[in-house]
Amino acid sequence: MNIFDIIGPVMVGPSSSHTAGACKIGYVSRKLMAQPIVKAEIFLHGSFLLTGKGHGTNLALVAGLLGMKPDDKRIPYSFEQAKKEGMDFSFGEVDLKDVHPNSVLLKLTGEDGRYLEIVGESVGGSVINIASINGQAANFSGDYPTLIIQNRDLPGLVANVTSELAKRTINIATMKLNRSTRGENAVMIIECDHEVWDAAIKWLKELEGVISVTYYSLEN
Amino acid sequence: MSFSTLKEVLEYSEAKKVPFWEAIILDDMRERGVTRGESFETMRGMYQAMRMADEDYEADLRSASGMVGGDGAKLEAFSQKENRLVGDFLTSVMEKAVKMGESNACMKRIVAAPTAGSCGVIPAVLLSYAEKREVSEEKMVEALFVAAGIGEVIATSASISGAEGGCQAEIGSASAMAAGAVTYLEGGDNEAIVHAAALALKNMLGLTCDPVGGLVEVPCIKRNVSGAVNAVISSQMAMAGIRSAIVPDEVIDSMRRIGKLLPSCLRETSQEGLAITPSAQQVTKKLAQKS
Ligand code: SF4
Repeated sequence: MNIFDIIGPVMVGPSSSHTAGACKIGYVSRKLMAQPIVKAEIFLHGSFLLTGKGHGTNLALVAGLLGMKPDDKRIPYSFEQAKKEGMDFSFGEVDLKDVHPNSVLLKLTGEDGRYLEIVGESVGGSVINIASINGQAANFSGDYPTLIIQNRDLPGLVANVTSELAKRTINIATMKLNRSTRGENAVMIIECDHEVWDAAIKWLKELEGVISVTYYSLEN
Repeated sequence: MSFSTLKEVLEYSEAKKVPFWEAIILDDMRERGVTRGESFETMRGMYQAMRMADEDYEADLRSASGMVGGDGAKLEAFSQKENRLVGDFLTSVMEKAVKMGESNACMKRIVAAPTAGSCGVIPAVLLSYAEKREVSEEKMVEALFVAAGIGEVIATSASISGAEGGCQAEIGSASAMAAGAVTYLEGGDNEAIVHAAALALKNMLGLTCDPVGGLVEVPCIKRNVSGAVNAVISSQMAMAGIRSAIVPDEVIDSMRRIGKLLPSCLRETSQEGLAITPSAQQVTKKLAQKS
């Protein structure tokens, strides 16, 4: 927490968790999709479901999925904007297990057919947590440029990734490893202090054992 | 954040021979690794966003629940009446506090300070001040650093979240922050600043968070008014030389303990207090029918 969490953020009301946080979940998801979303199935859980309407949670989620940030004055009109941009959206209910009360499950389809399932939690203030992507635990905040690396659980791979990032002077802020209980796959979540260059991402993708690399950038 | 007590801020400010606000900006520069200019301009952005939000008020907007909206315009009209009991300054503080709270409820852009629910307190006091006194924007930004420093200490050693500490943590904190800021603007020294904050917070201890329908509307918006007016009177007491009998950091710690003792039904869960009154139930029933 710093002083601009105390005075700030600038946001569209009324609620930092139910409006700003919801918008940010949508925004980060849009970034992860890395292309316009044409279909969004939105499933609300817990307090998002119970008091979301009065807080504009629905509007904020759709706004975020269109790429609006929490201080975007167009948030209240996001439904109209979605129609204009050709994003189909629908709302449903879901009972997710072991998540924060302010949570949402997003089933998203991108322009070229890419499909993503994301669980996002609004954990307080306007801080969020992307809990999972396509059923794999993720857990990152969207406050840093983030690499999401799906990989096979090979020995030495983690060291390989980190040392190569260091060579490219990319400083790691936090790093988490999530091993799937089911099989051999693991996910590395690496939050970086600065943006990761395209060349580095390309290199990561070619590394033995890496299945996919998704990059969340703070830049537009 | 490195300051967890007001005493630490005062000691640092004395050791470095810098004013209160500068202790806070120096701390921010160190913590986030930014330059003085960057930190100052970010805060200036917050001040300007507050001003814009105040100017952007729309009297005919209503919240999603239909419970709130338009009261700011009533106070604006009232401010033109001649037989008002209180003076122009307090009237303006009241008007701006309601307007900001309503703007927030109606999905307009505001600055959380420290939270969205309490977003009206600090701008109501500071923007009214800027209209009354000839004061540079730089000085107003400095006052926001004072507010942020007080808020930072409260957040670190108690809480600024209604779900954790009740409304004393939101409106109470905002009120303490505004009291310190306006005391700085009025030329109060460090001691006056922290005592103004303490006096303000003491008046808010025990305040519950019991919003109707779980929405940031009732009682939130009008509590912004009482928080803002409370900041002004607390600052005036401090400027008159009155000191809090309880050491300021001890007041903050009391707030923390009281927050822990508040049952969860009075901490943003809408299970007690105003939230379960017959009037509130009517509103929630209507809301449920709407959706
Ligand atoms: S009553 Fe609760 S929601 Fe409303 S301003 Fe106070 S702390 Fe925030």
